[in-house]
Amino acid sequence: MNDDREVILSRMRGALAPLRKRAAYPNFPDDVAVMREVVDWKDPWSVFCERTRLVNGESMERVEDVVALLKANHWLHGYCDPQLWPRLAPAFGPEFTVETAFDRTRVDDYQFGITRAVGAIAETGTLILSDASTSCRLGALAPWVHIAVLRREEVMANMAQAVALLGDDPNIIWVTGPSKTADVEGILIEGVHGPGRQIALLLG
Amino acid sequence: MKTQPIDQFACTLPPEKRQSVYNGTKATHEKRTKLLAGDFADPDRLRQLAGEVKQHVIENLDTLLPQVEERLTAGGAQVHWAADAAAARRHVLAILQRRGATRLVKAKTMVSEEIELAPFLEAHGIECLETDLGEFIVQIDHDHPSHIVRPIIHKNRREIATSFEKNGLGAYNDAPEVITRRAREFMRKKYLAADAGMTGANFVVAESGRLVVVTNEGNSRFSLAAPKCHIALVGIEKLLPRDRDLALFLNLLARSATAQQLTVYTEFIRGPRAAGQPDGPEEMHVIFVDNGRTDVLAGECREILRCIRCGACMNVCPVYRQVSGHAYRSVYPGPVGAVLSPLLAGEDFLEKADLPKASSLCGACNEVCPVNIPIPDLLLRLRDKGKRAGAASPGLPPMGPWALLASQPVVWKAALIGGRLLDYIPPGLIPVPAMHAWAASRTLPKWRGGVFRKWLRQREKRKTETGERKA
Ligand code: SF4
Repeated sequence: MNDDREVILSRMRGALAPLRKRAAYPNFPDDVAVMREVVDWKDPWSVFCERTRLVNGESMERVEDVVALLKANHWLHGYCDPQLWPRLAPAFGPEFTVETAFDRTRVDDYQFGITRAVGAIAETGTLILSDASTSCRLGALAPWVHIAVLRREEVMANMAQAVALLGDDPNIIWVTGPSKTADVEGILIEGVHGPGRQIALLLG
Repeated sequence: MKTQPIDQFACTLPPEKRQSVYNGTKATHEKRTKLLAGDFADPDRLRQLAGEVKQHVIENLDTLLPQVEERLTAGGAQVHWAADAAAARRHVLAILQRRGATRLVKAKTMVSEEIELAPFLEAHGIECLETDLGEFIVQIDHDHPSHIVRPIIHKNRREIATSFEKNGLGAYNDAPEVITRRAREFMRKKYLAADAGMTGANFVVAESGRLVVVTNEGNSRFSLAAPKCHIALVGIEKLLPRDRDLALFLNLLARSATAQQLTVYTEFIRGPRAAGQPDGPEEMHVIFVDNGRTDVLAGECREILRCIRCGACMNVCPVYRQVSGHAYRSVYPGPVGAVLSPLLAGEDFLEKADLPKASSLCGACNEVCPVNIPIPDLLLRLRDKGKRAGAASPGLPPMGPWALLASQPVVWKAALIGGRLLDYIPPGLIPVPAMHAWAASRTLPKWRGGVFRKWLRQREKRKTETGERKA
């Protein structure tokens, strides 16, 4: 079966040999596809908040607001990244059950998950999660509510900057609003396999 | 003289399906166009640029593929090569069997449809579950996707609710929200129990060995969060040279495919999970699939290999909107399919040779294509290839009598007068057999022969009169 490698490469060389000249890689600036009205915006976090709202994402600046939302919806059982929990715990009342280890045999017990984001993209209202930042992939995915915690200075202006910073992490995921589908008659439904509520929370 | 297979299919399409397809494609196309024009000063320039990047890729695959193989291996992935569909299936089976895996969850990959993976794995005792909502519905219905981005564009909620009920997914309820919630409940148990997760790749970057996978539902993320093994099936043409190309391509892909600025989940994968990460694959396999692509590369339609499978060409195509996806009888429908399917069919080329002819060559597909593929030109080249290979001709009236009419003024004038009779004779009674097949699916407009000449004469008269008045 590994001969297939040679078979494919030699077919390919055969197919390309008759070309007199190969098409060159075109010249273009990194920011060629930056959206025009976003280019000059100054404060990336406020741009992020505005843009993430367009895709039904949410943003909050105080942990108390998050707690109030969870309480109002009776989402009282959740998961939190063990490194974040000491900072956030004081805002959560005794009615909450928050675990810092995610038990995959009980995924449906968790109504919310709190994990760290490495950054965000203002232009598209996108959160950036990486394996290095996310304490557990399922904790950020399986619960109905995902709260991604980040710092103001971690918000980048546009996608071109975010691409330049992809780096070595084996797994980076950009999350732009809640999980969605329009498969049934083109009607938008949120919360398909991933979170139905996607919240960015500013940390200090 | 008989009609082509695609026309025959179109005749049998129920009107409500035609309507679903028409509404769905039109809405997406209009949103896409508005979004591109609103966000970018010169969206056409971006399409051309992306086309140039992909043309560079396909003309340099012989150096880019070994490069990406090297990068992927360095990142900890295992790379496999499959010259044809059978080899690709064997690779997947071998990987699963080596791990004793019996349950596979699958995000959407067109290559897996191409190599007919699911039935093969099921025959070997491996459960193979589609996790994309649309693909899942296609699977439980034993149907085929009719659109590469929206697999069930041809189905309405009532049909879906009925199949959910039949498959034990709750009592009949056709609210889209209920359907989606039920799929969510059902699927998450499957992800957690699965031994392996499969994805395709929208892009693979040669310089970094980064696989990029985009979904809106989050099913590919789940397939890479719960199971311990990741298998990616990738067509050899999916490469991009550099990471920086991603910003351009992701912007174009999301807008062209689903009229979004960015797809909800865009995942960049360089290898198995990081040390310390409790979830996700400890083992990652990438299978590069040829399955006819090198033949396409050797031929005169190689530009089609630029395709990033966005579906924009089907959304805009007047023929696709009328006939729907199944009429193309292939994994890839619409304008891209009309080019790619006959080419990938190999020895069965003639069976698909009608597809390039099912086009008015209006050029809309070329205008929307995010990688600027000259699809109408490719269709013409394939028509030519079909003719030379002896493909059947569709029902067209012969051109000989027309030549006679057009070259003899006396005959022409007589025909103009005689033509009025056509208003009174039903087309079925026209005494030219070749006309029957042609007229069967068409209605003739009212005869207007000679009107133009009359109009022109009067126009000239009027001109002289007004000219005189002005003077
Ligand atoms: S041919 Fe162009 S428009 Fe059609 S699916 Fe491919 S990339 Fe999209």
